[in-house]
Amino acid sequence: MEYIVEMLNIRKEFPGVVANDDISLRLKHGEIHALLGENGAGKSTLMSILFGLYRPDRGKIKVRGKIVDIANPNVANRLGIGMVHQHFKLVHNFTVTENIMLGMEMKKGIVVDTKSAAVKVRELSERYGLNVDPYAKIEDISVGMQQRVEIMKMLYRDAEVLIFDEPTSVLTPQEVQELMHIMRNLIAEGKSIILITHKLKEIKAIADRCTVIRRGRLIGTVEVASASEAKLAEMMVGRQVSFGVQKKECMPGDVVLEIENLSVMSSRKVMGVKGISLEVRSGEILGLAGVEGNGQAELVEAVTGMRKAEFGRILLNGVDITNMTVRDRIKSKMAYIPEDRHKHGLILDYSVADNMIMKLYYSQPFSRNGILNGDAIRKHAEKVMDQFDVRSGKGPAAAARSLSGGNQQKAIVGREIDGDPELLIAVQPTRGLDVGAIEYIHRRIAEQRDSGKAVLLISLELDEILNLSDRIAIINGGELIDIVDARSVSENEVGLMMAGVKRGETA
Amino acid sequence: MKRFFSKSFVMALMAVVLGLLAGAVLMLVIGSNPASGYMYLFRGGLMSIERVGNTLATATPLILTGLSVAFAFRTGLFNIGAAGQMLIGGLCATAVGLTFALPKPVLLTLMVAAAVLGGALWGLVPGLLKAKFNVHEVVATIMMNWISYWTVYYVVPAYFKGAYLETESRKISDAASLKTEWLTGMFGGSYINLGLFLAVVAVIVIAFIIDRTTFGYELKAVGLNRHAAEYAGIKADRSIVMSMMIAGALAGLGGATFYVGYASNIQIGVLPTQGFDGIAVALLGGNSPWGVFGAALFFGLLHSGKGFMNAMTRIPPEIADTIIATIIYFSATSILVERNWDRLKRKVGGVK
Repeated sequence: MEYIVEMLNIRKEFPGVVANDDISLRLKHGEIHALLGENGAGKSTLMSILFGLYRPDRGKIKVRGKIVDIANPNVANRLGIGMVHQHFKLVHNFTVTENIMLGMEMKKGIVVDTKSAAVKVRELSERYGLNVDPYAKIEDISVGMQQRVEIMKMLYRDAEVLIFDEPTSVLTPQEVQELMHIMRNLIAEGKSIILITHKLKEIKAIADRCTVIRRGRLIGTVEVASASEAKLAEMMVGRQVSFGVQKKECMPGDVVLEIENLSVMSSRKVMGVKGISLEVRSGEILGLAGVEGNGQAELVEAVTGMRKAEFGRILLNGVDITNMTVRDRIKSKMAYIPEDRHKHGLILDYSVADNMIMKLYYSQPFSRNGILNGDAIRKHAEKVMDQFDVRSGKGPAAAARSLSGGNQQKAIVGREIDGDPELLIAVQPTRGLDVGAIEYIHRRIAEQRDSGKAVLLISLELDEILNLSDRIAIINGGELIDIVDARSVSENEVGLMMAGVKRGETA
Repeated sequence: MKRFFSKSFVMALMAVVLGLLAGAVLMLVIGSNPASGYMYLFRGGLMSIERVGNTLATATPLILTGLSVAFAFRTGLFNIGAAGQMLIGGLCATAVGLTFALPKPVLLTLMVAAAVLGGALWGLVPGLLKAKFNVHEVVATIMMNWISYWTVYYVVPAYFKGAYLETESRKISDAASLKTEWLTGMFGGSYINLGLFLAVVAVIVIAFIIDRTTFGYELKAVGLNRHAAEYAGIKADRSIVMSMMIAGALAGLGGATFYVGYASNIQIGVLPTQGFDGIAVALLGGNSPWGVFGAALFFGLLHSGKGFMNAMTRIPPEIADTIIATIIYFSATSILVERNWDRLKRKVGGVK
């Protein structure tokens, strides 16, 4: 019994699309099997079939060699299949233990026996090195910890096969490392793992084998050790992908953005940014690296005018903009690709066309004397969508909500770059996107720099920072640790500085 | 937008048909003939020019309160305060009408302006509370309803006491009424008044603001996603205050059409039901200005026809109210159906 789970020739159709077409996936006992594919390739559908959320139209599923019919998630649970969803399903004002035992509470008479459950939770936590406090409330623990609670839920139910759906998308680099460690522990204890992801690095780091699907079709299953990242990317996207970003020699010009001794209060009423000074010149990309929550968000919000600066000054092309309104900053040629495209970047219920004029609607030709000009708005959207390869089913009239994540992001990038900015602030510009879209957006950002624009790039992905930046500023605890030349620094050094260790010091 | 309208139009029609069917079942249950019941209900609202006039006059305040709720809703706010805004608008109009002796056109203009301002003020307070202190507008507008109720309770007996009753104001003069001889004459002595034209103008203006202006673009943007609006440089606080003021002004105008149009004086101790019916009108009208117009006319018809139905059959007028309630119920659930339908489609369409 080499294979613990076999999904054979699975086909699943939804009205209008074939989400899975003749896909087979075999999970060996004790392996980490990556399921790789772009957004929309059919990964989640396939796993939802295994987890009993959908029934396949054709094909069969074998678990431990026996053909099974997984009609609903309860059946999957009984077969020892558990899933860690991308978006956690936890009750926030319950404790860790209460969440874990929810649905299969231990009882003492008619009273819920939380105590024995907590003992079991602690045992599991120690056995797998999860380090979870059984009595902590979910709302008080970090996202990484919450994910471990989700893992514990499956272990508590004696799952043998664990499906992780994009588990690293919400984690900091350190937490990713810890998660990988946990996954290795799980394997050592005899579990088998399916890892859904589109991040090649993670696959190389941890997976044994990898099944690649593209547009609902099986491309192949490979041994990870013998496949390069480039090879995997090509299988996923269907063409060669360049990882390094092509850009010209850095020719920094005048200072565009100057931040002087800036301090900003965070929402928790403590100083999130403590006296930071830095400058961004035209024709360069300054990358701001740091672990999430170390002041990047507050810094960006102060520069873009969405948060008040407590001390210090911000200058754009020599003009003090510290107390300018958001709109005046936009008019001073500042473009801003926000971190959260759903919260800030787009009005999802507006059409794409209306979203494209979000910062321009009051100016001609989009309106005159307060009256909107539908024709001009539509034409503008068509132009931007064409230039930035934004695809939507119904053109500019489609609701922004109906676009895929990659197209939404391209629309935002298009809108911001189309305004011909002098300063482009890009925060996590490729979060949650697939390789193709990442490559595209990186190229457009590099283009801006090449044409003499100043770019401030903020990202939690160290790769992105190292790939794109000319200089790298490292922030920790709201303080600037150092600014270094991107060519003369290693990933390791930046990582150490992100942890607060200055250059030359030893950790 | 067009697609949205047609879809919500179908949903509204479905709610109306289901509501009427439910009413028919009720009539059968009490042993009456639904066909004759409905015949008399509709004849009661439509059979003579006078009754048509009354139907329109009954619908007029509903158009405006419905528009008030719908406008607020389109800009992300829930205005439960149309009743209070309407009442205070009526009080302001009545007060001006009873205080000044001016030629009719001047006096009416002043009265309408006073009603609009009064309503706007009643919208301003919840708007400011929401914008500055994040006080939920549902709570604030409900409290404003009672402030308006007690203001009338105090002001009317103290300053505008009626000739015979302590509980209502004096009757306004003909010069201060939105009723005009020619219009009343044309509709055979009905309650119809100039308020109807004000309501139609309001529908046109609001439809234009919502769909065609940068102002409407801003208000809707803030309503749909306040964070994104602020990111784009729109002043969200200002938009919220403006939305509530306009919603209040519309309901205040509705007050004028009721208290110095349909009626001729104002009672104490009553919050006008049209304020709350406005929520139902907005719901059935799919929150679009012309949808509100149609829904208000339909509700006006049911309201004005139910007396005749009661007179001609053994069916109590409460059946008409029940039908209205059922329609509200069905239009509320149709929104649920529609929403779930969309979610279902998204789920199926958005698989990874």
